[in-house]
Amino acid sequence: MSTTDQETVPFLLRGPGKPFPPPEYVEMREREGLARAVLPSGEPVWLVTRHEDVRKVLTDKRISSNPDHEGFPRPLKTGGVPSAKEVPGWFVSLDSPEHDRFRKALIPEFTVRRIRELRPAIQDVVDRSIDAMLAQGDTADLVEDFALSVPSLVISMLLGVPPVDRDFFEAKTKVLVTITSTDEERTKANEHLMRYINRLITLRLKRPGDDLLSRLIKNDVLTTEELSGVAMLLLIAGHETTANNIALGAVTLMQNPEWIGDDRAVEEILRIHSVADIVALRVAIEDVEIGGQLIKAGEGIVPLMAAANHDEKQYACPADFDPSRSARAHVAFGYGIHQCLGQNLVRVEMELAYRTLFERVPTLRIAVPVEELPFKYDGVLYGLHALPVTW
Amino acid sequence: MAARIEIEPGQCVGAAQCVLTASELFDQDEDGYVVVLNKEPAGDEQLDHARTAEMICPSQSIVLVED
Repeated sequence: MSTTDQETVPFLLRGPGKPFPPPEYVEMREREGLARAVLPSGEPVWLVTRHEDVRKVLTDKRISSNPDHEGFPRPLKTGGVPSAKEVPGWFVSLDSPEHDRFRKALIPEFTVRRIRELRPAIQDVVDRSIDAMLAQGDTADLVEDFALSVPSLVISMLLGVPPVDRDFFEAKTKVLVTITSTDEERTKANEHLMRYINRLITLRLKRPGDDLLSRLIKNDVLTTEELSGVAMLLLIAGHETTANNIALGAVTLMQNPEWIGDDRAVEEILRIHSVADIVALRVAIEDVEIGGQLIKAGEGIVPLMAAANHDEKQYACPADFDPSRSARAHVAFGYGIHQCLGQNLVRVEMELAYRTLFERVPTLRIAVPVEELPFKYDGVLYGLHALPVTW
Repeated sequence: MAARIEIEPGQCVGAAQCVLTASELFDQDEDGYVVVLNKEPAGDEQLDHARTAEMICPSQSIVLVED
């Protein structure tokens, strides 16, 4: 059971040249109880690594997503997850039942049927991104020129950003997620986007269109302030996450070309890379036992998605890329009431991105040795800063 | 051996994992919430799909009763 003098591990176990997921996860899954880590701020947190335990953490009502609770993990020195008090509409930071009103308003926008209807428009976005990339010559950065553009253009289409503003919208969202942006540039891009979204909402209040924002306005269950927070959340949640999956998956497929053209690869790419490893932060609001460990009320918890998705008890030879396995129980999109709202959109974006990319650019290859690729050891999300390719 | 699918009311969060797994058994209504198309899965394939849907449902709304 819980002891306060337990040995701790570093919170971020990634590093240059180290494999991801970190090999330390193996020992952490096998040990009794849970591992204890110390955040850069000095706060201790519990790390949860077993598939079964991660699912328990994400469904237990005694465990909260609300950063307003004492003890909520703040892994970054500045910022962190905003609460819904700080940013109205930031409903990933709300528990049930407050959260449910937002989810209910958004579900109809992401049903399997609705996403199926969007396929031609997503295909068009993918085609246009590849056209632009090919027009540049015979080399490109697949992250910047493809992986980031596709989700950015898809989100702007969903939100109803007029085509004439999409270059502006894409440029600003890119600044937000690019590692080389300075804090100042990022703050400025964030302000520009917020201002733009507020203007868009004002426009749609007067001139409704056939888009997500217009429908949310018509349903009238969210305030204008909440609408703006929801729009920002969708933008942030759907952009870099999708881009990282597209880029890492492209590398995996170039290394395993026998799986190119097989749509089962998408699910296995999501599992094996688990880009949102440390995204679902939680805090216990009552004493709760997880994996034989007593977690006291007020203690922070970080369920590790990559650790769960590489749990040998759930997936034999978890490091092997094997799209023929049944990967469906993975927690790459989380689990519980906050499981990714846009996951079925992401799946279609990935499927169409790979299929079209390798059909249209069959000689596509990585321009540097794989071990020299700049992986994101330092970001909240795992991925690639750049992916130099040639054809 | 008979099996039937039951739904915990008011729990669904519309992630549609059941629809992706077993479109012959589940669908979403206009609001995006789960609808059972066939309460009594029959045959190995349908049963297998129903078990997977129960297991991966993020809100644990699906209960497969096998007796």
